[in-house]
Amino acid sequence: MTLAVIQALASHWRAHRLQLATLLIGLALATGLWSAVQAINAEARASYERAADQLALGQYDELHNASGAIPLSQYVALRRAGWQVAAVLEGPLRVNGRTLRLLGVDFVAYPALPAVAEVEQSETPPDPADLLTAPGRLLTTPEVQPLLSTQPGLPPVLISNSLPPDLILTDIGVAEVLLDRPGEISRLIILPGQPGSVPPLSEIAPGLQRVAAASQLDTAQLTDSFHLNLSAFGLLSFAVGLFIVHGTVGLAFAQRRGMIRTLRALGVSMRRLVWLIMAELSILAIIGGVLGLVLGFFLAGALLPDVAATLRGLYGAPVSGKITLQPQWALAGLAMALGGTFLASGHALYRLSRMPILSGAGLQAWRSAASGNWLVALAGLAAIAGGVLALLLIGGLVAGFIMVGGLLVGAALVLPYLLSRVLILMQRVAKGPVAQWVWSDMRAQLPGLSLALMALLLALAANIGVGTMVSSFRLTFTGWLDQRLTSEVYVTANDDQQGLRIAEWLAPQVNAVLQIRSVELAHPSGPLFLYGIIDDETYREKWPLIASVDGVWDQVLDGSAVLINEQLARRENLWPGDSLALTQSVTLPIAGVYSDYGNPTGQAIVSMPQLDAIAPGAETRRFGIRMDPDRATEMTQRLRERFDLPPRAVIQQAALKAQSMAVFERTFVVTSALNILTLGVAGFAILTSLLTLWTQRLPQIAPVWALGLTRAELARLELLRSVLLAALTAVFALPLGLALAWTLLAVINVEAFGWRLPMFLFPADWIYLFGLTLLAAAVAAALPAARLLRLPPADLLRVFANER
Amino acid sequence: MLLTFDRVQKSYPGGRPVLRDVSLTLDRGQTLALTGESGSGKSTLLNLAAALDTVDGGEITLDGTALSQLDDPGRAALRRSALSLVFQQFNLIPSLTVDQNLSFHARLAGCHDPEWSAHLAQRLGLSDLLQRYPENLSGGQQQRVAIGRAMAARPKLLLADEPTGNLDETASATVLDLMLSLVADTGAALLLVTHSAEIAGRLDRRVHLSGGHIA
Repeated sequence: MTLAVIQALASHWRAHRLQLATLLIGLALATGLWSAVQAINAEARASYERAADQLALGQYDELHNASGAIPLSQYVALRRAGWQVAAVLEGPLRVNGRTLRLLGVDFVAYPALPAVAEVEQSETPPDPADLLTAPGRLLTTPEVQPLLSTQPGLPPVLISNSLPPDLILTDIGVAEVLLDRPGEISRLIILPGQPGSVPPLSEIAPGLQRVAAASQLDTAQLTDSFHLNLSAFGLLSFAVGLFIVHGTVGLAFAQRRGMIRTLRALGVSMRRLVWLIMAELSILAIIGGVLGLVLGFFLAGALLPDVAATLRGLYGAPVSGKITLQPQWALAGLAMALGGTFLASGHALYRLSRMPILSGAGLQAWRSAASGNWLVALAGLAAIAGGVLALLLIGGLVAGFIMVGGLLVGAALVLPYLLSRVLILMQRVAKGPVAQWVWSDMRAQLPGLSLALMALLLALAANIGVGTMVSSFRLTFTGWLDQRLTSEVYVTANDDQQGLRIAEWLAPQVNAVLQIRSVELAHPSGPLFLYGIIDDETYREKWPLIASVDGVWDQVLDGSAVLINEQLARRENLWPGDSLALTQSVTLPIAGVYSDYGNPTGQAIVSMPQLDAIAPGAETRRFGIRMDPDRATEMTQRLRERFDLPPRAVIQQAALKAQSMAVFERTFVVTSALNILTLGVAGFAILTSLLTLWTQRLPQIAPVWALGLTRAELARLELLRSVLLAALTAVFALPLGLALAWTLLAVINVEAFGWRLPMFLFPADWIYLFGLTLLAAAVAAALPAARLLRLPPADLLRVFANER
Repeated sequence: MLLTFDRVQKSYPGGRPVLRDVSLTLDRGQTLALTGESGSGKSTLLNLAAALDTVDGGEITLDGTALSQLDDPGRAALRRSALSLVFQQFNLIPSLTVDQNLSFHARLAGCHDPEWSAHLAQRLGLSDLLQRYPENLSGGQQQRVAIGRAMAARPKLLLADEPTGNLDETASATVLDLMLSLVADTGAALLLVTHSAEIAGRLDRRVHLSGGHIA
């Protein structure tokens, strides 16, 4: 009996192949976009874990020096006193135009590194002495190896798969030579198993600060917000895809009501039918899920390089640009496809399971399920209110996401009711009979189209919201760059001595030479970069302060106060009037807070003498030069020639801005791609709804045709109807999108990244999106309209046939 | 002569002939019943007369216009202005109210007369149902709306395909009485397809179709 029932159920899909294709495409799109985002996140996280595991990052306490480098003498003193510490020297190494991270460790003292173990256990292990004695060995990934092999003067290269991307590991002695930093140590790692009787740190190395492993900012933590944002977008795409599944399954179930009734009349129990339908749905979900995984894999592969560049640019996070297929990712994708299918079909399945055996076989029940009744609208309002309440009562990043979820879900539920009210109003004010019919017919079509329109609403709102955020960010960022990059030319000298010579040479030729001097401090909140500035009008006039006390610059420049960046202010809740402890002995009041977009770490500014007092001997290698902009190109050239500086050591303001904007634009490539894809899925949802509703359209169209409208006129009206509904949805999407933008800018950005952006409005972008929406709706309706145009009269006459 | 069928031929898409050299005429104000077995071609003939379909051979002339000479917009214009249709399935527009359905065809034709519509609503017993939607009406009520919609445009020719086929005996008699009285009052001609000999008997003439021929 079961086989016969299966055959009967499957016959529906044979007769409705387009519906089957729609269902599978909907599932594939939902799973594909979600899985792509998950694959990207998984790859990034795997990279962070690899980096942490391979380099033992964040596992041990560390010793840092406020002035940046640790003197060799202190290291020696610590070792002699019995402290078990391992020295680390790290820095950027430029190889063939690419900047790599060189990490020099004490191979003898450092805990066993997996990369070293892997090399030692290979078929041709190197002599351990080769690693430690000149010229030493460089360990790197297979991807970087060709780059190093072509660079003369480098030690032999050993390949390891256990290293993060773009990293070269070597002995500290080799690193000193390659980085040209003899006797320098970036930090010391306090190894486990310290003897119990070592003298206290304050006695042997009073200038060093111990940073606990737990307080070190780990890459995964830093990038959590970025991945959370990506996941939220993936989830939105998944939800939009599920609208297609929900609509298609609902219609398929409604169309099978007659068959179900017959099967039950023939003695098949409802329980058996429900199980078989669930099995059928599972099979379809797995097929759609597999298609989605294939789509997601290629999509992730296409997007990952940009994400990796963004993460490297924003957080310095090491992420491989290549995607690898992981079984747990595929299983999770299939689970999402299955879960999503049952979530989208649950209501229809429940209604089917409760269907009385003598109920009608029509589509009315299905149509009314999605209608814009006020109860559904009320549930939508409750969801919106819930989101707002969460923000008011709970606060924080999670509340921000609850607010976004409540807004989107609530607005989607309210949409059919709002559209219905507007259509009633339009029908009332319509003059001609055709116009009246068009509006009333749109309302009649609404239940069948409402899910697709909800999907469109979400996609449009996301577009407007994220678009407004990105454009606001771009505008603010551009203005901020103008304020921050005030010098016409920026110079980086090779060393302090050359820096002094450059400053002396420049002084009589330019308006001002602004020293840029900084040190990295170990602050309890994480790394803190302290900058020193000299008194110059440039700072007083242009520095982008967002909060300050009166006489801020006088206080900072006379050494009695400090400026901090917005990230540090928000993270530590420090504002003008509070104090900041820069070292154990120096605590200054905060005179102002400045915006510092795109910087994940804390930053503070003091007067140059104050910096020299806190960190004597800080390098003076970088300068900003204020001069007549027309002379900038000439001066750049002269500086390069006179001091034999490489091109990137002398950069004009315009080039620096262009570089910054390029990094900025790349940051949002992924967001823009997901935006467009989500809109595409929504457009597809409209197309599938129109196609699945096609069979129901003929009984509504045929009488009007019989009363004297041509098929061409009706086809045009079909097109117009779809465009009008999309246009109305777009109008409702605008306030929703702006509310979303506000939440992203004022809540989520602040919680996730630590800076708040002003919100700007971009009507031209809305008009463009509006046009795109109308185009998408017209394209989606073009196929049904073309069908209608070419429909033989015999098909329309069938509607009137008595012997149907 | 209002309507002329001259040696009309029509086949199904597969090539099977439905009408073979059918010729008939209908005068202004005349009523004609078209009877025949299922599949005899009654509805096809009605559809051809309504300019809903085109002939394969022969010619149909309505009020002096040869239908084969009309293109699609021309046929649509003819349907709007010269004739009206009543179907067995009522085929009202579900999204419009009774009032809007009643006036729909007349407004399309540009000849809407609110007084005449109100009169029709009253004659057909629909005055209290004007703001309802078709789904809230009985079958008999829906068919009365369909007749009102057809007559509101004051057509020269009313074409009705089994107009009482979906109604019970009482409703059927009421609908037929109303339709015939309105046709008589307006001077329209009526071509009515029916299985019922009793209904056919109440019309001026009766033509029987069998195997695609007029018997």
